[in-house]
Amino acid sequence: MAVVLAAAILAAFIVVPLAGLFFHLQPRDLITAMQTVPAQDALRLSIVTTFSSLAITLLLGTPLAYILARASFPGRSLVDAVVDLPIVVPPAVAGLALLLAFGRNGTFGPLFGALGIQLSFSTMAVIMAQTFVASPFYVRAARAGFAGVDRTLEAASATLGMGPLRTFAYITVPLAAPALIGGAVLCWARSLGEFGATIMFAGNLQGVSQTLPLAVYLNLESGNLPVAVVLSAVLILFSLIVVVTVHATSDRRTI
Amino acid sequence: MLHFDLRLQLREFSFVAAGEVPSGVTVVEGPSGAGKTTLLRLIAGLVHPQAGNVTLDGRALTDITAGTFVPPEGRNVSILFQEYALFPHFDVAANVGYGLRARKVPRAEIEARVRRELERFDIATLAHARVTELSGGERQRVALARALVVEPAALLLDEPLAALDRATRTRVRGELAAVLRAVNVPTLFVSHDPGNRELFPGPAFHIERGTLTQLP
Repeated sequence: MAVVLAAAILAAFIVVPLAGLFFHLQPRDLITAMQTVPAQDALRLSIVTTFSSLAITLLLGTPLAYILARASFPGRSLVDAVVDLPIVVPPAVAGLALLLAFGRNGTFGPLFGALGIQLSFSTMAVIMAQTFVASPFYVRAARAGFAGVDRTLEAASATLGMGPLRTFAYITVPLAAPALIGGAVLCWARSLGEFGATIMFAGNLQGVSQTLPLAVYLNLESGNLPVAVVLSAVLILFSLIVVVTVHATSDRRTI
Repeated sequence: MLHFDLRLQLREFSFVAAGEVPSGVTVVEGPSGAGKTTLLRLIAGLVHPQAGNVTLDGRALTDITAGTFVPPEGRNVSILFQEYALFPHFDVAANVGYGLRARKVPRAEIEARVRRELERFDIATLAHARVTELSGGERQRVALARALVVEPAALLLDEPLAALDRATRTRVRGELAAVLRAVNVPTLFVSHDPGNRELFPGPAFHIERGTLTQLP
């Protein structure tokens, strides 16, 4: 009984505020809010940056996850831990660290400055902040996915004449696909919600670094609650899609 | 002719194996953990030896002193794995055609050769079945068809009967022997069961703690 009560309280605590937000949503507001330029800019920017950071994560995270799943080398568990670090580091701290490393007066700032690239307070900074905080979600899932692929199947592929790259493409990736998709979706969702590191490292400039979560914050601060509610509702809908997708792919994994 | 002379330090013992395998079936028997699978993996190029060589039909596949090591995909040596290692995300036809796809054989020819192979093994009706739905005996036939359709230069069988239940094993054993007698390439048949020697009267080896000896 107590267990059921505890579960009910926690479930209600999560569901009630999220569902309640939709009671504050007026259909009229939805149309007017999404017609404003800042809201459209925020939506567009969120889509562009989250898919960019996802692409970077897939490109760099897939080989890393494969190495962590397969190779044994000194310091492997250290690399493993470092990859997971951004999950537990507070996003604001991550943003400050990025600023100190890549900001105009940061460690590598002058280097990029000499090339005419100003990283901080740019759209690139948004993508970097998202990649920093979100990539571990993909790398962790992909590492587990690759580790779960039977290596005898890869050996069979090799003896049948497929080289390492084609074996990876035809055997390893398809068999790890549920984990890869689940991890990619979680990673994208974490990027979409990214706030702390972005505002520290990229600022809150409309059309440049003001993603949806930052626009929610700005509209609330400036007393424009209806727009904040509309943008929040959009984010909740994206989150719902993500949760459903992740559950669907993880169900397939167990079959 | 397959010729090998291999040395490898394993955790529990050193692996020392030298021998010649003519066309036809050569049985390698020995207890589990004696190094039988290691021998096959060394010949197929899945494991690097510390010293030695593997020569198949006069071509050096491994020659440590000369720095030669042909990767497994370049050896044309097929393995029948103990649990068959069928690709679970492909149907039967795609499994059997996999090695032909690797060799960039045209699609129409792949289809024709796969069909012929499936008919030979009496599994043509299973062409589009998922391999996860097959019985043990059917899985073995698919694995054997997949290993043979590429016309390998050597065939290695790792405990091909061990994954089957007793009733299936008795039936499959005769079928397998008939198929293997028709395969005219060096074939190593590895088994912990000494009974398999009666099936194949050709040369035989015994392996124990990594040391291979030719049986009379």
